[in-house]
Amino acid sequence: MTIHVVRTGVANLASVLAALERAGAVPVLAADADAIRAADRLVLPGVGAFGAAMGELRRLDIVQALQERIRAGRPTLTVCLGLQLLAASSEESPGEAGLGLVSAAVTRFQGDVRVPQMGWNAVEPEPGAQWVRPGHAWFANTFKLDRIPAGWTGATADHGGPFVAAIERGDVLACQFHPELSGAWGAELLGRWVEGRC
Amino acid sequence: MLTVRMVPCLDVRDGRVVKGVQFQGLRDAGDPVERAAAYEAGGGDELVILDVSATPEGRGNAVETTRAVRRALGIPLTVGGGVRSAADAGRLLDAGADKVGVNTAAVQDPPLLTAIATRYGAQCTVLALDAARRLDGSGWEVVVRSGKDRTGTDAVRWAAEAASRGAGEILLTSWDRDGTRAGYDLELIAAVRAAVSVPIIASGGAAHAEHMVDAVRAGADALLAASIFHDGETTPLTLKQALGRAGIPVRT
Repeated sequence: MTIHVVRTGVANLASVLAALERAGAVPVLAADADAIRAADRLVLPGVGAFGAAMGELRRLDIVQALQERIRAGRPTLTVCLGLQLLAASSEESPGEAGLGLVSAAVTRFQGDVRVPQMGWNAVEPEPGAQWVRPGHAWFANTFKLDRIPAGWTGATADHGGPFVAAIERGDVLACQFHPELSGAWGAELLGRWVEGRC
Repeated sequence: MLTVRMVPCLDVRDGRVVKGVQFQGLRDAGDPVERAAAYEAGGGDELVILDVSATPEGRGNAVETTRAVRRALGIPLTVGGGVRSAADAGRLLDAGADKVGVNTAAVQDPPLLTAIATRYGAQCTVLALDAARRLDGSGWEVVVRSGKDRTGTDAVRWAAEAASRGAGEILLTSWDRDGTRAGYDLELIAAVRAAVSVPIIASGGAAHAEHMVDAVRAGADALLAASIFHDGETTPLTLKQALGRAGIPVRT
């Protein structure tokens, strides 16, 4: 199964590629709008800052292609910052527009908790979530979505209060956690997503 | 709720796992890929590889080791040792590291932390801080070059400065306790905890679960150990079960 992976220039790409290979996929890099439109299954990995990542998506001229395929519900997996980019904006980069696909705010963790959140946190799916199952997932983030947006389902976790661990709608799955680093639990999720069987 | 992490560490020299006492007297402890896979299967929450090669030629192997371990490993990987520039960090990240540890070079060139954090994010910028108790007993000073040089720099103040410059995590090693099995330096952990809000990985001196419970209570978020795992005395999962019985949240 060929899986296209967006090459944004800043991401833990090697970890994502290795995990997809262990899941039985053949990962192929994609860095232009045609490749993103043509891909059957697409992964958008992401680490780094919100503004810099959006700048990179614009430089590659792939903003519209990403918006179209996610709106159409075509199989797309986004990871970590890749979830936050679906929002309209982020406290991390004020004034910078995101992909604007979900109406939810990206905010910084508050209160007496370690920032960045770094480690394994318990993920609790909402009733109706198809992809994400209960378990521990690896997180490495300073910013997060506060609630699951209308029209989506997903999963939450807790770090000084509930935050969004993942959102999903049809074959679109956006994870705040890193499935590629989440051990056997993450490998099982990736394996199902690669094969398109939730 | 975020769980406390158990972090096996591989000291790697010229592509082989070694472990010494107070950074000296290194002995062979196996193949890094085999050890890494065994630690993931044994409940390790993430893996640290520290390249302790004596020469630049030996250090070139760190990229190869990282690439080989990444293919097999499904948990996060931090690699440190000999990182002197953002380009060095980039090479390790491209090879499959998720985080990069910076030690001596950050002490000599603190803006390096900002350079790595700006380019790759604070979450992958780890300050590796080796601290030794001052000879007069007043606090701790930073030691560099694998413990060969005492810098005189206050370790707690340096931890706070590094976090403000972009380090997203501190791998805090007690030079006095490293390899001694006498337990982590709890006062050092507590002093750094009071100075930073980023996560702390406690390192140096762990022999058993009680040491680890004490370190968590002192303020550690993650617990690094090497020799107790290399020698097969215990596994990360066994230790985490003991932590769980002490009321500490863990992934089991």
